[in-house]
Amino acid sequence: MDMNQYLEVFIEESKEHLQTASEQLLVLEKNPEDLSIVNEIFRSAHTLKGMSATMGYEDLANLTHKMENVLDAIRNSQVNLTPEVFDVIFLAVDDLEAMVMSIAEGGDGKRDVSKVVHQLDLIEKGESVTAPVKEEAAASVDLDKEEVTEGEYDEFEWTVLQQSKEQGFDSYEITIGLRADCLLKAARVFMVFEVIEKAGEVIKSNPPVELLEEEQFDQQFTVTMITKESSEELQKKIMKVSEVDNVIIHSLDLEGMRHAEVKEDRVIEVDNQELVGENPMIQNDRKEKKKQPSVKPASSKTIRVNIERLDILMNLFEELVIDRGRLDQISNDLDNQELHETVERMSRITSDLQTIVLNMRMVPVETVFNRFPKMVRQLARDLNKQVELVITGAETELDRTVIDEIGDPLVHLLRNAMDHGIETPEERLAKGKNEEGKIQLKAYHSGNHVFIEIDDDGAGINKERVLKKALSNGIITREAAATLTDKQIYELIFASGFSTAETISDVSGRGVGLDVVKNTIESLGGSVTIDSKEGEGSIFLIQLPLTLSIISVMLVAIQDEKYAIPLSSIIETAIIKKEDIMNAHNQQVIDFRGKVLPLLFLKDIFEVPISQPDEEFLSVVIVRKGDKLAGLVVDSFIGQLEVVLKSLGNYLTSAFAISGATILGDGQVALIIDCNTLIH
Amino acid sequence: MSQEMKVIVFKIQDKEYAIPVDKVSGIEKLMHITRVPKAVQFVKGVINLRGVITPIIDLRVRFGFEEVKYDDSTRIIIVILGDMEVGLIVDSANDVLDIPVNSIEPQPEVVGHLASEYISGVAKIEKRLLVLINMEKALSLEVTENMLIEG
Repeated sequence: MDMNQYLEVFIEESKEHLQTASEQLLVLEKNPEDLSIVNEIFRSAHTLKGMSATMGYEDLANLTHKMENVLDAIRNSQVNLTPEVFDVIFLAVDDLEAMVMSIAEGGDGKRDVSKVVHQLDLIEKGESVTAPVKEEAAASVDLDKEEVTEGEYDEFEWTVLQQSKEQGFDSYEITIGLRADCLLKAARVFMVFEVIEKAGEVIKSNPPVELLEEEQFDQQFTVTMITKESSEELQKKIMKVSEVDNVIIHSLDLEGMRHAEVKEDRVIEVDNQELVGENPMIQNDRKEKKKQPSVKPASSKTIRVNIERLDILMNLFEELVIDRGRLDQISNDLDNQELHETVERMSRITSDLQTIVLNMRMVPVETVFNRFPKMVRQLARDLNKQVELVITGAETELDRTVIDEIGDPLVHLLRNAMDHGIETPEERLAKGKNEEGKIQLKAYHSGNHVFIEIDDDGAGINKERVLKKALSNGIITREAAATLTDKQIYELIFASGFSTAETISDVSGRGVGLDVVKNTIESLGGSVTIDSKEGEGSIFLIQLPLTLSIISVMLVAIQDEKYAIPLSSIIETAIIKKEDIMNAHNQQVIDFRGKVLPLLFLKDIFEVPISQPDEEFLSVVIVRKGDKLAGLVVDSFIGQLEVVLKSLGNYLTSAFAISGATILGDGQVALIIDCNTLIH
Repeated sequence: MSQEMKVIVFKIQDKEYAIPVDKVSGIEKLMHITRVPKAVQFVKGVINLRGVITPIIDLRVRFGFEEVKYDDSTRIIIVILGDMEVGLIVDSANDVLDIPVNSIEPQPEVVGHLASEYISGVAKIEKRLLVLINMEKALSLEVTENMLIEG
């Protein structure tokens, strides 16, 4: 066992606790009377303190300790909850987060926190100072008692014990009790074992080591060992391991062993019973303890898997998808009934497998959303605005690759909504609105997409100002400006080199415009649209694909070449007669269900070498970008299939109207057409 | 005491060229190349190299020779370029040689009509003349653009 393996657990759990702490802080800020929330935060802080001390991150533990003191003072109504107090606590949480991140990135988790510590101290002393109650003193009395020692040894162990006795070793049975609030019990066990193994040899442990490593024990475990050291010395050494509550060592009397133990055990048990009777606090604690085991089994049903492994699994699966395509083709060529059936069966299994593999990579957007409330709060204070952030659909799941990328654009849009959207309380009152602005952040599924909506009830977008700005920045011409629809005007704020903020604030004046947001989202295969009503607010709607790596495409042939068109942008396919094509402004169009549909001849656009004469009928794939339609003229449709999206690599970044490539069943590469760049 | 360098020797237009063996990750027979529309002229397209989409460059076009039909001896040399792999189409590749480092001379002023910036040196071994290619320069798209502008 190695300390490193706990590091990951530590980091994950620390993040979780910090998250809970900041969430609860926000709740508390809204309901300052509800002291049960303080308890909640206190518990998170306390856990974090324990864990970081265990792992040896002193700074982290110290700061948490200070924070805990303040929380304790709040809990005991010694400190009034002013916004300033919250600010300092949030600051402390920020620092803690930064430390944990530093640890996660391989750093030492050190950070200059003297200022925050000082502020925390001030708050704590601001009112009558009481020494922090020795945290959960009761908890140090270990209660959960199981029949720890059975004292049963098999023949082999028995022989070893006897032989070692003959060689002058003493045999001890050591019962080690961990503190009730001990976290990372397995880490403690490891440290205890390290001490013991230095002193002698472990003969047996109860529960067995495997179970100990999995933390499948309560607060106690027993180790039988042989050593030449005295029991007092041993006890001292083991007690040095922190969070060890008690160590009971008794030497093994190989003959009368069994009796002695049972007796001893009973004594302890009686002691505890008495304690419980005396102190209701302990009983409470005990109840809580009792709750834990019932939670544990549920949590053991999920496991943490390294993301790298999932990526490897995904890569292997992609290979499998390619081979499936190949098999499919072979079986079609051979036309063998049995082979058909087998391949068919395999196809079905692989598509089930695909669902599972893809689902495994799905992460709730919560992981991105949950850092927003704190950010919004801070920003609102910085801007002297009052903003309420309402999050819905945080459980909506997205592919991890999308999750990783979507955070920054969302931060940007939220900042934008707060800076430019929501007005100051005075303005809002003057307009007859609620003093407090409201931003809704919604996520939901629809079809093969996930939508994220950022909806504010602020000032909305001023069309004239946008137009004026766009004209002065040379983004559009005066002629073009006259023909724009409202929506197109709103879209202008996504153009590069555009910023409507008249004064650059440090909120949104960071040198990056909304064009970065748009680019990021589009690079993920998504899109972003705006709707706004002046005086009532704006809605930013982000559409994202569910997954990035496996997509459904329609395979088409253009002369001798094969291309893939993503199904997500296809409306339908049609076969038209050549004479139905009309000319309008040098653009070939057809009349498609009463609409004029521009035609794009892919063989001309892609400069495909011509090897076959034109036919009388044309195959047209009707695709869409936003609300614009276009017909892509191809030579024939080959069929629909699932393909693995692969990048063309760094060398060919500038390939025109191609978003990537895929490998077909016959091992050839087919390029995937990017409809977005084809339609203007 | 002379150090030796292992090189892969290939032919274009009956001239012999060499690339250090540590820059080469494999030599493949000709396979189906998917054309990439509107790519620069010497990029012939992409191939499926064991599941990785790999761009293919025709060195004849790159060096300004006339194109010929690919035949049985045509090979694709897969070279490592930074963090990616690129395939080079050559007339043939059939030799691995150890050349003494001290036999490499800096490029003479004129070597055929091959733009000399792609050459890192010339090695003379017995009667053979091997032109050592500077891969980074030869494959850089930037240099390409300059060349196109100049040409």
